[in-house]
Amino acid sequence: MATLEIHDLHVSVEAENGPREILKGVDLTIKQGETHAVMGPNGSGKSTLAYSLAGHPKYTVTGGTVTLDGEDVLEMSVDERARAGVFLAMQYPVEVPGVSVSNFLRTSATAVRGEAPKLRTWVKEVKSAMEQLQMDPAFAERNVNEGFSGGEKKRHEILQLELLKPKIAILDETDSGLDVDALRIVSEGVNRVRGTGEVGTLLITHYTRILRYIKPDFVHVFANGRIAESGGAELADVLENEGYDKYVKGGASA
Amino acid sequence: MAEAQNIPAGSTTAGSIAVAAESTVATRMSAPPSFDVADFPVPHGREEEWRFTPLARLRGLHDGTAVASGEGVKVEVEAPEGVTVETVGRDDERLGKAGTPVDRVAAQAYSSFEKASVVTVAKETVLTEPIRISVHGQGGVAFGHQVIELGAFAEAVVVLDHTGDAVLAANVDYVLGDGAKLTVVSVQDWDGKAVHVAQHNALVGRDASFKSVVVTFGGDVVRLHPRVRYAAPGGEAELFGLYFTDAGQHQEHRLLVDHNTPHCKSNVAYKGALQGQDAHAVWIGDVLIQAAAEGTDTYELNRNLVLTDGARVDSVPNLEIETGEIAGAGHASATGRFDDEQLFYLMARGIPETEARRLVVRGFFAELVQQIGLPDVQERLLAKIEAELEASV
Repeated sequence: MATLEIHDLHVSVEAENGPREILKGVDLTIKQGETHAVMGPNGSGKSTLAYSLAGHPKYTVTGGTVTLDGEDVLEMSVDERARAGVFLAMQYPVEVPGVSVSNFLRTSATAVRGEAPKLRTWVKEVKSAMEQLQMDPAFAERNVNEGFSGGEKKRHEILQLELLKPKIAILDETDSGLDVDALRIVSEGVNRVRGTGEVGTLLITHYTRILRYIKPDFVHVFANGRIAESGGAELADVLENEGYDKYVKGGASA
Repeated sequence: MAEAQNIPAGSTTAGSIAVAAESTVATRMSAPPSFDVADFPVPHGREEEWRFTPLARLRGLHDGTAVASGEGVKVEVEAPEGVTVETVGRDDERLGKAGTPVDRVAAQAYSSFEKASVVTVAKETVLTEPIRISVHGQGGVAFGHQVIELGAFAEAVVVLDHTGDAVLAANVDYVLGDGAKLTVVSVQDWDGKAVHVAQHNALVGRDASFKSVVVTFGGDVVRLHPRVRYAAPGGEAELFGLYFTDAGQHQEHRLLVDHNTPHCKSNVAYKGALQGQDAHAVWIGDVLIQAAAEGTDTYELNRNLVLTDGARVDSVPNLEIETGEIAGAGHASATGRFDDEQLFYLMARGIPETEARRLVVRGFFAELVQQIGLPDVQERLLAKIEAELEASV
């Protein structure tokens, strides 16, 4: 069973007046089949956690370890992490002009699976995944994220999640900017993947709204660069009613 | 309309549409066109037509110090039946009909060449095989002149292939009779030290179609000047270009489409990728719609993809309109950057860095390559693009 273990993770970014520490000792273990919601106020470092796990070059790991089934994730390049089974659904997916969605998906699936998927089954697989996400087939011929609406970008991220079948899925504010219908469609996609029991999910969100569709096993409150409190799904209800105030006020010294 | 997006540091994209009583395309040249090199002052580098060009790397082509050597270039013409291939002297009256040199190097070439090659396709002859002209540099200095002339309703494809190492200044004339169809693919696949400065003049006859495909990969400095004029109404010109500029290379394409006659069309699309320190691409796209050229339909586009830091693009589309009675006119120029965020996105989906770059570059060129319409040229181009990526990423 795949396990992602984050231990005492410290991460900095380069700021105007030297490096600034954003993650200040994160401990979190995610097992295949589990869903962890990481919730927190803006600027608490949630997205930094997501991007650091995927290996974005902007973030420098200054301490701690991240392992996937004992393998050192921090030693891996960005593409190696993806091939090892770590998937990041991005909050702001990037436009890649000149590269069609269909070409991108196939290249990506080939890389992650280690061999090119058989054309006939692949076409069927993509078609049915797109149908379930209520995406127009013409979408496949558009350039990656170019001119996509916010909702289309998020569906495209979840489409990739469904096709790439990672061991660990990190969903960075996948709910942001979605209307209720789009949120439901996207959540159903995530739930289909979760339903296989083969993926560990790290759901990063600011709002509790998405948790009505995707039921977490664990909820973690993120504040000041570390996990301030952990609990079960009921913790989300507390946050819904009380907000993040008590964590923010606690400050770094809490 | 001019547009500029994602302009990386160290590049310029300027555009203008001028409605002018007097042509600035003509007046910003430092001397009027002439066949005689003596009519042009030696450029110092600040002239409008030379300001992007590294004169010091032209090996004397611009100041008269380059002298033809015996071992300049070797020209071989491979032509199917129905084509006449001749080598002629300077006084042959078919030379220089398509256009007059507009800068000092073109005039130097015209003043200095000894033998010209003339390739003629007789009227109504439709070739099924391309004419292949190989210009192979042998390390020396050469001045060249070539004429390709199609009689009325003749159809031909010409592949003009530049390889090897040379310092070459040349003029190439394309003369299309009424209703003729000519496709010319000029490939600059030089070795690393070559210097190539050339003016390509097309004179498009009544209802004739001219398609130019310019492909520049190699050389130290390549500066080409493709120009189109129309001899009579109804002509069409398509000018496609593709360049891949590597570290240290200077590749400059300066186009002029002179709509001097009513009811002609032109479509220009040039795309370039750049990678490496001091890779420099220059694209100047001048389209002139003269007062007489009513019913003109024209569009020009330049796109650049900067793959690494240290590369520079100068892209200047310039559309000058002297009549309002036109069917359409527009231009676009954009320089985009393959940036770290795109790379991260593709790599985060398991795609290795080199493959990610390849995906983006292939996608960037794909549409243009498809428009060429010659499968063997397309394949060679794609293979060449792959090789460029392999070599330097």
